[in-house]
Amino acid sequence: MAHQHSVGVDDEEPQGYYQLLATAVRELLIEKGVFTADDVRHAIEAIDAISPALGARVVARAWVDPAYKERLLGDGSAAVEELGIEMAGTNLVVVENTPEVHNLVVCTLCSCYPRALLGLPPAWYKSAAYRSRAVREPRAVLAEFGTGVEDGIEVRVHDSTADMRYLVLPMRPPGTEGMSEEELARLVSRDTMIGVARVAAPG
Amino acid sequence: MTAMFAVGDRVRVRRATPPGHVRTPWYVRGRTGVVERICGAFGNPEDLAYGRSGLPKRPLYRVRFSQRELWADYTGSPRDTVDVEIYEHWLEQ
Amino acid sequence: MDEKNRGHHDLGGLPAGPVDRSEHAAAFWEKRIDAMLRLLIHKDRAVMRVDELRRGIESLGPEAYRSLGYYERWIASIAHILVEKGVLRRDEIEARVEDIRRRGRT
Repeated sequence: MAHQHSVGVDDEEPQGYYQLLATAVRELLIEKGVFTADDVRHAIEAIDAISPALGARVVARAWVDPAYKERLLGDGSAAVEELGIEMAGTNLVVVENTPEVHNLVVCTLCSCYPRALLGLPPAWYKSAAYRSRAVREPRAVLAEFGTGVEDGIEVRVHDSTADMRYLVLPMRPPGTEGMSEEELARLVSRDTMIGVARVAAPG
Repeated sequence: MTAMFAVGDRVRVRRATPPGHVRTPWYVRGRTGVVERICGAFGNPEDLAYGRSGLPKRPLYRVRFSQRELWADYTGSPRDTVDVEIYEHWLEQ
Repeated sequence: MDEKNRGHHDLGGLPAGPVDRSEHAAAFWEKRIDAMLRLLIHKDRAVMRVDELRRGIESLGPEAYRSLGYYERWIASIAHILVEKGVLRRDEIEARVEDIRRRGRT
């Protein structure tokens, strides 16, 4: 599947056409009062305001507070909202990496992703190659991301086919004892919460 | 909500190819797994996709499949699994 | 089951090459499409559902599915669904596209 991420004006069909179509649809919807130009601006700002740093805060809190972690694993959305993060109706399931289980998240049918916590998904998550292979050969896909998983560990893939959204709670690496929550959160990348990477030990 | 299946039940995904928008992936149709959790009841996407109400809500399950059982050529660990969300009307015992 | 009946979007388990891990930040026009979809599906407006977006994308056909970019598929689907619902008309969309082309800006 081609990655057609056009930036800026492009005269060649069909990329130019879809940008024009987007503008046409937007203008018409504003004229018909479906939403306002301000609504669109605010919605874009809301998209920009969300990044994996939100998810990283949740992970760091779970690492330092075992009772919070239990609540997070029991009801992901409610626990996330405790931290003042809006989940906008997301049904979040948090899956914990352990010495026995390594979790990996995919949406084989489209691109379902916990956007309220992690922002927009990366292009590779939406790609045909990832969606096809993550369920069939997860260890090979993990290896492409530089993540090896020993045979004795279960690789558990989560296919987001319906209403649940998944966040991986990665394992806290050694050498982080005594770090503050803020310092811990900075160690946690987007890829560790999708499950293609592990959190690296600091230093 | 009365759920037909319980956690731990072995369930088989119906081997069906209905027209329209479905959220049961091809790779699990006709395959057997174990109910890992009951997710709750949600509007039926097969109807929502066509502007219908999607009611009554349908029970949704997470079903865990063994990778070794899903793929004849699976080379990973025999412990490896995949969890898929499947609506009750796609499952049978 | 006949593999011909598999939806072309239903990719789980199909053979594929390596994952292209290069990062592409979403362009402004792409984020604007994402923003529009969120406004349209928001309960305050409830013009469409995300399930309709998905169905619309699946209805684009295998060639379009493979060749269009992610947000191109989104806007194609959104336009189709809005016309289907009578929120917009095809002729007014086409006219506006031409108008914008003449105006020379996106």
